[in-house]
Amino acid sequence: MAALFEGATLCALSVEQNNTESGIQGIELDRDDDHVVVTDSKRSVTLYKVSDQKPLGSWTMKQGQRITCPAVYNSKTGEYVVVTDDTVIRVWKDDDINIDKAFKATVSADVWRIHSAPGQEPVILFHRGATRFLDVLLAEPQQDMENVISDDEVIRWSNLITSGKQQWVLFITEQKGEHFLHVQSLGDMTRAAYRLESTGSAPLSFSASARSGNLHILSLYPDGCVYESAVPMRLPGGVRAEALPLPRTLLLRLPLGGGALASASAVSLDAAHVAVVGVPHPSAGAGKDYLCIWNTNFQTLQAGKEMAGRIYGQFWCYHRKLYVPHGKALSVIPFECQKSSLASALGKLKQSGGCEMAPPVPLPSWGAETHEDASAAGMETRRNKLTRKSHGASNVSVDQLIDQIKTGSEEDVQKAVASFISKSDLPALQLAVGSLASALVARSLAEPSYYPHKVLVQLVHTQCLSHSVCPDLLKLALEKKDFALCQFCLQAFPDIPEALTCACLNVFLSTPNSELETVALETDSVAFMEGLSAATAPEDEEDEGKGTRQNGFSTTASQEESSCEAQPTPHQKPKLPIPMPLDMTRPIGLHRAVLLNEILQTPYSESFLLPHLKELTTPHVILYLQYLQFLYVKYYQDINTQVPALRSPTMTQIIDWVCLLVDAHFTVLVMAPEAKELLSGLHGFVKAQMKLFTDLGKIEGSLHALKKVKKSKNNGQYSIEVIELF
Amino acid sequence: MIFTDKTKKGTETRIMGEFKVHRVRFFDYMPSGIRAIAFNQQTEIMAVARLDGSVEIFNFSDHLFQEKVIPGKEQRSIEALCWVGERLFSAGLSGEIIEFDLHNLRPKLTIDAYGGPIWTITVNPQGTHLAVGCEDGTVKLFEVLEDGIQFERNLDRKKGRILSLCWHPSGTKIAAGMMDMICMFDIKTGHAIHRLLVDKARGAPKNQECVVWSVVYLADDTVISGDSAGRVKVWDAHTGTLIKNHDVTKWDVLTLSLSQDETSLVAGTSEGTVVQFQFLSTALGQEDKEWVRTRTFKNHTHDVRAVAEAGSAIISGGMDTQLVVRPLLEKHDVKSQASALRKVQFPHRRLVSCAKKAQLVLFQYPSHLELWRLGESEGHGTPGDKLPVQRNPEKLLQLKTKGEEHICCSAVSPCGGWLAYSTTSSLRLYKVQHENNNISITKMSKLPKVLHWAHQLCFSADSSQLFAASANSSVHVVSLSANSCKHKHTFKPKTGSTQPIHLLSVSADGQWLATANSDCEIHIYSLTTLKSHCKVPVYRSGVSAMAIHPTTNNLFMAHADQQVFEFSIEQKQYTDWSRQVQRVGLHFKWLERDTPVTSVTFNPRNPAHIILHDMYMFCVIDQSLPLPQKYSQLYNQLTLKSMPEQERQEHCHAFKVCKLFQPLMCVGHDGGSLPGGGRALPAGHHGETPGASQTEEEVLRRSEKCHMVLISC
Repeated sequence: MAALFEGATLCALSVEQNNTESGIQGIELDRDDDHVVVTDSKRSVTLYKVSDQKPLGSWTMKQGQRITCPAVYNSKTGEYVVVTDDTVIRVWKDDDINIDKAFKATVSADVWRIHSAPGQEPVILFHRGATRFLDVLLAEPQQDMENVISDDEVIRWSNLITSGKQQWVLFITEQKGEHFLHVQSLGDMTRAAYRLESTGSAPLSFSASARSGNLHILSLYPDGCVYESAVPMRLPGGVRAEALPLPRTLLLRLPLGGGALASASAVSLDAAHVAVVGVPHPSAGAGKDYLCIWNTNFQTLQAGKEMAGRIYGQFWCYHRKLYVPHGKALSVIPFECQKSSLASALGKLKQSGGCEMAPPVPLPSWGAETHEDASAAGMETRRNKLTRKSHGASNVSVDQLIDQIKTGSEEDVQKAVASFISKSDLPALQLAVGSLASALVARSLAEPSYYPHKVLVQLVHTQCLSHSVCPDLLKLALEKKDFALCQFCLQAFPDIPEALTCACLNVFLSTPNSELETVALETDSVAFMEGLSAATAPEDEEDEGKGTRQNGFSTTASQEESSCEAQPTPHQKPKLPIPMPLDMTRPIGLHRAVLLNEILQTPYSESFLLPHLKELTTPHVILYLQYLQFLYVKYYQDINTQVPALRSPTMTQIIDWVCLLVDAHFTVLVMAPEAKELLSGLHGFVKAQMKLFTDLGKIEGSLHALKKVKKSKNNGQYSIEVIELF
Repeated sequence: MIFTDKTKKGTETRIMGEFKVHRVRFFDYMPSGIRAIAFNQQTEIMAVARLDGSVEIFNFSDHLFQEKVIPGKEQRSIEALCWVGERLFSAGLSGEIIEFDLHNLRPKLTIDAYGGPIWTITVNPQGTHLAVGCEDGTVKLFEVLEDGIQFERNLDRKKGRILSLCWHPSGTKIAAGMMDMICMFDIKTGHAIHRLLVDKARGAPKNQECVVWSVVYLADDTVISGDSAGRVKVWDAHTGTLIKNHDVTKWDVLTLSLSQDETSLVAGTSEGTVVQFQFLSTALGQEDKEWVRTRTFKNHTHDVRAVAEAGSAIISGGMDTQLVVRPLLEKHDVKSQASALRKVQFPHRRLVSCAKKAQLVLFQYPSHLELWRLGESEGHGTPGDKLPVQRNPEKLLQLKTKGEEHICCSAVSPCGGWLAYSTTSSLRLYKVQHENNNISITKMSKLPKVLHWAHQLCFSADSSQLFAASANSSVHVVSLSANSCKHKHTFKPKTGSTQPIHLLSVSADGQWLATANSDCEIHIYSLTTLKSHCKVPVYRSGVSAMAIHPTTNNLFMAHADQQVFEFSIEQKQYTDWSRQVQRVGLHFKWLERDTPVTSVTFNPRNPAHIILHDMYMFCVIDQSLPLPQKYSQLYNQLTLKSMPEQERQEHCHAFKVCKLFQPLMCVGHDGGSLPGGGRALPAGHHGETPGASQTEEEVLRRSEKCHMVLISC
């Protein structure tokens, strides 16, 4: 998981209204990760202490001089280096007050950038592509500079990459609309040029990193595509006039919402994470002022943060901190990228629980253009490219289908979707189902009378849908009290947010029994529940008054018990079992139990679930606890005669939920009189179990010892064995 | 009992194939506990006395090889050992001082000290006098003469037994550990000059005495004592005051040993620990030094009865029967064989002989022999299987020795018809008759006079001759017939060596006889001409096992330093294979092993196969395969097992090591099998009882049974 933390404003920007420039030329790292040198686009260089958000020193050029390259800190000498008016290199120290009195040298060619890495000599890159170490250059400032790039080539971007002891200067040039990557190794002074694959539009930003023997170039294009190209660290020998073609792979396709990106930037954080600024958040409308971290392995959004004000398409990343100029401020935002597992990557697409009904992720020009590089799709992966062909083969295009969904009647849509599902192959289906579901849900939301239950069930049954693909589906189902669909969703979605799980739980617990029992639920799970309750009388709360019991509990006794409690709702009469009632009856209706079982089996993370659990009312908690206790006791009884079922909650899941519930409502449960008996019953049972398990532990020890003894006995006094030598 | 080369159909014989193994675990051999250790700093020879009265001689500089064993005797109990130059003396509770003849492996002279049981014997630093501490409270001085020792005088008699003695390096004073006290005597006058009282253990009953088990006397007049209260006390012998008291154990400190430079002291306790003390300055840069407890080693399960410092290592032994050599790592700069912990658990000689044709095995115990017939199985199985045993092994015979002396060697003839054993004073030969299921033995009464006793016995392959190694490296050849035996010849080495022969080997065709003695000499005699044939070039390390190849008549030798040689008897030179081994060098893993090869046999089905074994493994050397490369895996059986058959050939090398059977006492073969024997050590016993009360019976009761293994077709 990656996370963005609360940021701080490092400094204010002096930006005029409607200016598209941030006013910052560059931010470079100073002596350690807590100090940065900020060069503004005019005349001043300021040193900041990041943790204090405080300037420590500032140097300004004389009127008429212009800083043409961001100042860098030379960690070898403890000096700052800046270039003014393209050719004048100025070097000064921390304690120099007047920069004009500091050392300066005029060089023979225009300087593009100075790059500096900690502990290394700064490197000067000239406009014409030549590179020099600073000390070499200052020894003889007027030396001639060779032309590396042709005259009509212009440097667009450059960077210095360090890996171990090796350093490379990378720069991207543009020539007649084509982009070239030049790589200059500083160790052996070898050089290579590559031609970037072009798509017509110019890339918005580049970022470079070194890992596993390759230099990786990340480029962001206005259509939201993030491409990656890799160049081997060991450059091909020999000077080559011809630029090699550089293949690229699509790493990520950012959802744009509409319109191309104008000022956006992407930086690679590590092998799996990319930070992007100036792109819309996929679930927060079309506003582009977001800073997002995406996981490129799983194509998931890991963290997002809204940046107030204009985004300038500039940002820097040093030592786990992102420096983002936006609006009228430069913010420092610390972040964290942990190694992702698939489980943690899933389901976190939308972390902010309180989001308004977001429009479904649109798929504007799907279908017709699929053979081309289609514009942004919800989440396109590299794999999509491969599968696109087969997708195109199905009769009805997704676009047509979506159009039909928008207007067609329920039956027509159902038929169309059914035929689409039956005809599409799996990868194509995976891509299309999300957009279909989103379209359906959008229409249902817009037209309250429209609710295509069957179609939605069909879509869920494809097993291709997940919560993050269509976040509103489960919510809609809950709203419409479509419990069957809820059950399918709970079964099929691996990534339901804990808040929603809790909402489901709440609804399941509070819906009147009469409403629940009429629902047609999945037969297997119903059969499981029936099997589990078979030993005792299957009992619905509604039947309670009828007084037919087979298990020794008299109706009156039970009624007395329940009558002495405060009854929360007319529908629910939680009964408290006497301590250790091994022949418990099911405290809730069959279908409610089935639905609660689904909740039990939903994956969750404790820390996210707990706050939402607290929202449950006390009667619900007690009822749920009773049901859990019932399951627990049942499981304990039937430990060997488990009712066969495809899906059934495990003992661990039940115990975990009991713990969670007790944790979340501890004080309430302690105070509530009606919970007293339940808790003491549970406690007694757990105690007995503990005793049993302690004894089992002892037996385990002895059995283990017996096993050991037996082993040594195998070697009797005499045996004839066959061995083999090779 | 042999390798069955059941090579699978069609496959090359390069792959070794399957073997049927008789795993025999009924050899109940139990080594005896160690009572005393004497290390000779000059010759680096170590003598170890065991509770059964036997003395073993280890060569410390030759990979701790057990060169000689002087068999024990009932009633002989050795309490202390002492080197005087190259002469070895012992004293014990029988009240006698014994000097051993290390050439003939028997006591040379026995002198009664007339002071009751002797607890300790020690020589003065000058090597001129021996002092013994007796039960009656006297310290007796004996003068060491060239041909023996002579009683000189008693020092003043004290009340209570003398349990430990130590000479002052000047030789003018001696400290004696007694009950509750330490006495210092002036040698010249014989009077006691000091008496140091040792207090009882805290909380001990009044009548319980404190036994001073061990004392050392340092050049600076410091006396250090170890007592039954578990303390090591440092005394000033000038003033008679206690300088320092170390509580080492709850039980007894049984033995102390001082290094030659008097800076290090080790103590053995009845808890099985060995504690090292060092003479160090307590603060950096200060001159004042004191005895500081520095290290504790726990390598024993029972009482440590003897410790010795051998320069760079601490040697300890005790009731758990194993000898532990613990190197002091500060004295080793590089990791090498010398810096590794070593344990000697079993004798470096064979206690099992096999009658190959008759499927019999003979087990040699200290005072009896057992003859067993192995079981049979018709079944076939896949590797790893245990086959059903159709006939159980059967103990045919148990033969108790006459007299008190223990057996030093024994042999059974290949046909199973003859059986011989020897003690230090008598040699007995029996004829064994098998009639259906009955077995009877007859003692051969009229033995030739030369067959008085033997160091080593061996029958010829056709069972018609008996070879007996005797004094001065000579071998007597005796021809056997149904009712008589005749002395035929005596081979004597031309070198005139007086060392005992510990290995005999005869060729299958009855043409050659090879002998190896403790001088590392190997002589080869021709049995047809009855003349000495040649002598194998002397190698610096002792021969631990050798055998003559049945078809090529090459002599295969394994040495204590793990080198192996093959010598062609007919050509009187090392074979090409042997030269190649020396040129390429053995694999470092092979050389790292710390137990010597104790037997060499050959696979009769494949003349290229030589079978060696040590305590932890047996190894089939296939001479037709390339030697292992320097950096390749030596123990590669598991790797080969996991490979497809085609790939195996590339990775095969000559050394095929099997470690399935541990510990191994013997591996042999017959028309079709390879016997091996192993045993387990006594199980751990917690030192709850003070050392004195812990008897050997206790150890034995807790021990597991020994075992042994055999391989057959």
